[in-house]
Amino acid sequence: MPAGRPFAGGPITSFNRSNDPMNMPVAKSEISASIPSAPTTPVAAKVLPLPLKRKAMNTRVSATLGKIAAAVIPPLVMIVLLLTVWQVLCMRPGATLPSPSKIWTEAYDLIVDPFFVAGPQDIGLGWRVLTSLQRVAIGYGFAAVFGIMLGTLIGQSVWAMRGLDPIFQVLRTISPLAWLPISLAAFRDSQPSAIFVIFITSVWPIIINTAVGIRNIPQDYRNVAAVLRLNHAEFFWKIMIPSAAPYIFTGLRIGIGLSWLAIVAAEMLTGGVGIGFFIWDAWNSSRLPDIFIALAYIGIVGFLLDRIVAGLASIVTRGTSAN
Amino acid sequence: MTAYCRIDHVDKSFKRGNTETLVLKAITLDVEKGEYVSIIGHSGCGKSTLLNIVAGLTPATNGGVILEGRHVNEPGPDRAVVFQNHSLLPWLTVYENVRLAVDKVFGSKKSRAERDAWTLHNLDLVQMTHAKDKRPSEISGGMKQRVGLARALAMEPKVLLLDEPFGALDALTRAHLQDTVMGLHQKLGNTVMMITHDVDEAVLLSDRIVMMTNGPEAQIGEILTVPLTRPRKRLELVADATFLKCRQRVLEFLYERHQFVEAA
Repeated sequence: MPAGRPFAGGPITSFNRSNDPMNMPVAKSEISASIPSAPTTPVAAKVLPLPLKRKAMNTRVSATLGKIAAAVIPPLVMIVLLLTVWQVLCMRPGATLPSPSKIWTEAYDLIVDPFFVAGPQDIGLGWRVLTSLQRVAIGYGFAAVFGIMLGTLIGQSVWAMRGLDPIFQVLRTISPLAWLPISLAAFRDSQPSAIFVIFITSVWPIIINTAVGIRNIPQDYRNVAAVLRLNHAEFFWKIMIPSAAPYIFTGLRIGIGLSWLAIVAAEMLTGGVGIGFFIWDAWNSSRLPDIFIALAYIGIVGFLLDRIVAGLASIVTRGTSAN
Repeated sequence: MTAYCRIDHVDKSFKRGNTETLVLKAITLDVEKGEYVSIIGHSGCGKSTLLNIVAGLTPATNGGVILEGRHVNEPGPDRAVVFQNHSLLPWLTVYENVRLAVDKVFGSKKSRAERDAWTLHNLDLVQMTHAKDKRPSEISGGMKQRVGLARALAMEPKVLLLDEPFGALDALTRAHLQDTVMGLHQKLGNTVMMITHDVDEAVLLSDRIVMMTNGPEAQIGEILTVPLTRPRKRLELVADATFLKCRQRVLEFLYERHQFVEAA
């Protein structure tokens, strides 16, 4: 006890005053009793107040509110902080980039209404994002179907894996834009070329992860399938796909991230309507504030896409990974 | 050739490069209908390999398995296996795991409602109806093994193969599950072949105990008939002279005459 007092004294007595006095004596004696065995550093005493604070809240509602606040408040604080720093840095005369306040005033129409239509080339960013998303949906959709099918075939054959895996490992490192000239030459049109770039960018991780997932189907499940005499189709749908689902979704998640990265770059080069071309257009007409707004859109949409695939994965693979 | 299930001169060798290891040598065993046979031996003696050969999961090098006069060399629901590590599909519920087997085996013979009833009936046999909508990750090891047992029973196998079904369970759960298996054998009259390394378990459950010599070239060393009447009661048998004598015979075989030499 005496050894613990100096460390327990500071933070605990201060809590004693601010919280419910009924709970505190018990908590205090517990804590001061546990201190001597703990390493005698001030750190040990600092850690303890947190559970006491939660205990004081007591009700479930305030606990959930607290959780939400814990998730929302820190990022909000950081955003405000970063915006302030940015504002301070870019307010000086001679600053090359616009400050947040300048962006707000100059790109006001883009921020407040994502879905305005003022002319054939003067539309809200929401529309542009949707156009880009449509391309991603087609390209990524093809990549998902083709990637899962090919990955399944490769995963079942040791020789296909040995032969194709090194090739895929090389191909997947090629930058999306490097494929663009080839696809332009092949399709002679910007729209299918952009879609092809999405496809070729996102297909590799889907193929590779699916193949690994199929290869890693436990022998136990194969034995069960053998005893039950499942035919090929039943084995595919009832054992293979559910068993490989966590791997497949990892591939799909990497794939969607890569597609979203690729579409912006591809659209900058191919033109037309889309968030990527919008950035290029804004740059050419020196509308820097618009570019910042577009970047925010791209970031948020990319984040949402990732969350959607991750959410889908956790629904589909329920139970599979928790074995 | 009147035996219900005959393991006929089975050899099994594994090839690795140029060396060929003979694991099982000239195994011949007849199992009668409704009989409960245990196969006991030290780890590595090839008893699981033997069970896999009967199940059709591993091909025999020589010889074969004849079930009701028919040569069987590939897996099938007539020889349902309860695996040591339960092998339930984790993405299906308890009910769906059993239902998958029922649908596959009785898909053409029974109506949808009958299959549902049969699934529930088998879950009821192992007292798992209460957890039918849970997933394998949400139930205990003993419960998983019960579901595995229900799945195997639901296939109405000619021979029920148990591959150390209680090996991964704690002693109390194991005893409880042994009683369940004993009760079901009494009630349904299944032909059972069980792999085990637990002497008490073998004596308690079996009509005959097949003792395997140490590998490589493992053979059937001795077959002991357990002359205990059924139903058997665990507590009464603890001091039963016949039980103790059988137990002693198996222990002598395993620890005196065929002592386990290598480190497992």
